[in-house]
Amino acid sequence: MVEVEGVRPYGDRRDDGAVQVSFTLPVPDGERAREAARMLMRQMGLEEPQVVFARDLGGDFTFVVGYGRCRHAVDLAAVRVARVNAEVMDFKAVNRFARERLGRKVVVVGACTGSDAHTLGLDAILSMKGFAGDYGLERYPEFRVVNLGSQVPNETLAGRAVEEGADAILVSQVVTMRDVHLTNLSRLAEMLEAEGVRDRVVLVCGGPRITHELAVELGYDAGFGPGTGASMVASFIVQELDRRRQVRRAGQEG
Amino acid sequence: MNERPAAIPADLELDGRLVDQAREDARAIAREVLDHVREHTTTSMERTALRLAGIDGVDAEGTPLPNLLVEQMGAGLGYGAAYWLFNAVAATGLDPMAVAGAVAEGRIDLARVPSAPPGRVRELGRAAARAAVAAVDARRQERDALVGRLGNPPSPWLYVIVATGNIYEDVVQARSAARMGADVIAVIRSTGQSLLDYVPYGPTVEGYAGTYATQANFRVMREALDGVSQEVGRYIRQVNYASGLCMPEIATMGAIERLDMMLNDAMYGILFRDINPRRTLIDQYLSRRISARAGHIINTGEDNYLTTDDAYEAAHTVIASQFINEQFALSAGLKPEQIGLGHAFQMDPEMTGGLLAEIAQAALVRALFPGCPIKFMPPTKYKTGNIFRAHLQDALFNLVGVMTGQGIQLLGMPTEALHTPFVGDRYLALENARYVMNNARGLGQELALRPGGRIGRRAGEVLERAAGLLGEIRYLGLWEALEQGFFAGVRRDREGGKGREGVVLREADYFNPFLEALEGGGGDG
Repeated sequence: MVEVEGVRPYGDRRDDGAVQVSFTLPVPDGERAREAARMLMRQMGLEEPQVVFARDLGGDFTFVVGYGRCRHAVDLAAVRVARVNAEVMDFKAVNRFARERLGRKVVVVGACTGSDAHTLGLDAILSMKGFAGDYGLERYPEFRVVNLGSQVPNETLAGRAVEEGADAILVSQVVTMRDVHLTNLSRLAEMLEAEGVRDRVVLVCGGPRITHELAVELGYDAGFGPGTGASMVASFIVQELDRRRQVRRAGQEG
Repeated sequence: MNERPAAIPADLELDGRLVDQAREDARAIAREVLDHVREHTTTSMERTALRLAGIDGVDAEGTPLPNLLVEQMGAGLGYGAAYWLFNAVAATGLDPMAVAGAVAEGRIDLARVPSAPPGRVRELGRAAARAAVAAVDARRQERDALVGRLGNPPSPWLYVIVATGNIYEDVVQARSAARMGADVIAVIRSTGQSLLDYVPYGPTVEGYAGTYATQANFRVMREALDGVSQEVGRYIRQVNYASGLCMPEIATMGAIERLDMMLNDAMYGILFRDINPRRTLIDQYLSRRISARAGHIINTGEDNYLTTDDAYEAAHTVIASQFINEQFALSAGLKPEQIGLGHAFQMDPEMTGGLLAEIAQAALVRALFPGCPIKFMPPTKYKTGNIFRAHLQDALFNLVGVMTGQGIQLLGMPTEALHTPFVGDRYLALENARYVMNNARGLGQELALRPGGRIGRRAGEVLERAAGLLGEIRYLGLWEALEQGFFAGVRRDREGGKGREGVVLREADYFNPFLEALEGGGGDG
């Protein structure tokens, strides 16, 4: 095994590089399919590839479980993560922060845009109930929430945000096919820009395939991936609004 | 569908008077709505009549002919599309499809065709309706013969979805699934189709998180499933969605192409797609009449309440809705064995003793609707991307399904919440279900519930709350209950939502020979 400095997977001892993979090949099961699977694993950078299980899926496909040792490693010192720049506060702290620093209700307009009908993520962040004990924004006394639900065209969301005087816009994109969620998201950002309201709102997106880095690239202020709770999103919104307020004040004073 | 009822539902000591009261309230709730239904028609209902008369295809711009004709009838729609169509047939001597073609080419304006003798128009319409119903009956007999020869799988039937967007790719995955043990194949629709006020035409290879429901796509999949049914020696059932703005048209397509199940909920479109409540309930009645005749099993969608509401707290709303769905179904002529009432295994997996509440709920549904093939939906809400825990959640779900004698088990996927199922995920899901259900088969017949124990008490409480809710809804009426947000916490105004403009008052001499023929075919409506 080629020795590289850095971090690599740990199975049951340091630097063994142990990795499990599972995938399906669109060919009938047999020696050729299994060998092809091993060769693919080698191309993935896995040494000593093993197929520990292979199963024919009705004639046209073979499902494979494999093991190998990853020969790559990552230098931790060189790792940079684009992170949402906010301190996570709980329900009470967010409301107190909003009351004391902003002195008014924070208006949030949220929607699943395009043809996406999956409101699970949006509801986890916005609905009274929230998710897993983390209350949604509707329960925050210092927030006013307008949840537009699913399949909302970008135009409707943008129009409603202006109408409601939104401080923040939340867009959820769950289902995607051929990366249509990316086009959808960047169009909204462009639309807000074109209408001259982009700077007036905190623009946030979320979904299983969203990362902060990707969101920033698409023209958003923040992106939240799986496992994000409402308190995290709320923390970001109030702190970002406060940051902007301070920037504006500094600008007026300067 | 079970040979012997499982002891667990049978052991529930339910208050029989409460059950009767709940059913009586649901009957009254449905009756009030059906009175409204009988006075109205909708654009989709009239397009359905045209489809049953044999009109299919699109014009040069791609507009479906049934839509084109209904648009031309405009304000005259209250007399029934069949009146205008068969008046033109009587006046011109053309057959319905030729009349539609002439309308598309601008050679006939239905409103300007001279009036033929009303008796003649009705005679032609009724003959066409008899032929349409006979064609539906023929497809049903075909299914009966295939099931008779190939047999039914043990219950619960294993139901999986395909959703590639391309019908030909769907076929490859459906065949693979059937060979791995699936009994029922549902083709998920392209997201957003429920809001289209027309049915797309022809085979389609592009969709968004699903494949368009078109008659040609139905046919492609039916042919593939018939082929693989012969190969695996089981009749593989085909499912699609009679829901959204074209509910009865899709039920008709499903009848013509011998689909076996149609997803069809009384309130799903109202609550979750913001379709006008009146439009939905009117369309629904006809779609269920068609499904009743076609021998479809309908699947209701109470599981959806639990993705927005809490499954433990809102458990009674599922039961209340099932009672209402049951009454709407019975009054449209569906037999209990055609009513696949839905519910789901959606409680928080972190809840101590949560499995007991899931067993209580599944057993309660089973006990309340003994003649219905209950459709059990898998956990989705608390799937986090941890595919290994998700697989375990599905195993518990499968255990409860087999133990309590559910009829149709929609299999959970370990990769739920991540992407549409990979072909390998479907294999893992089927293997999970076959392992658990085979290994635990008969368990429900052997275990007895502890009298006065937690499962029995929980079931009794849920029933009590459901009965209370039904009483309130009966007092308010369904329209008002929808306006007050009784279901899934969503409020819907009877005059709001999409498709309201398609609701039309029937004239005194409204003519719909297809509805007449379907209503003559049984049911107590």
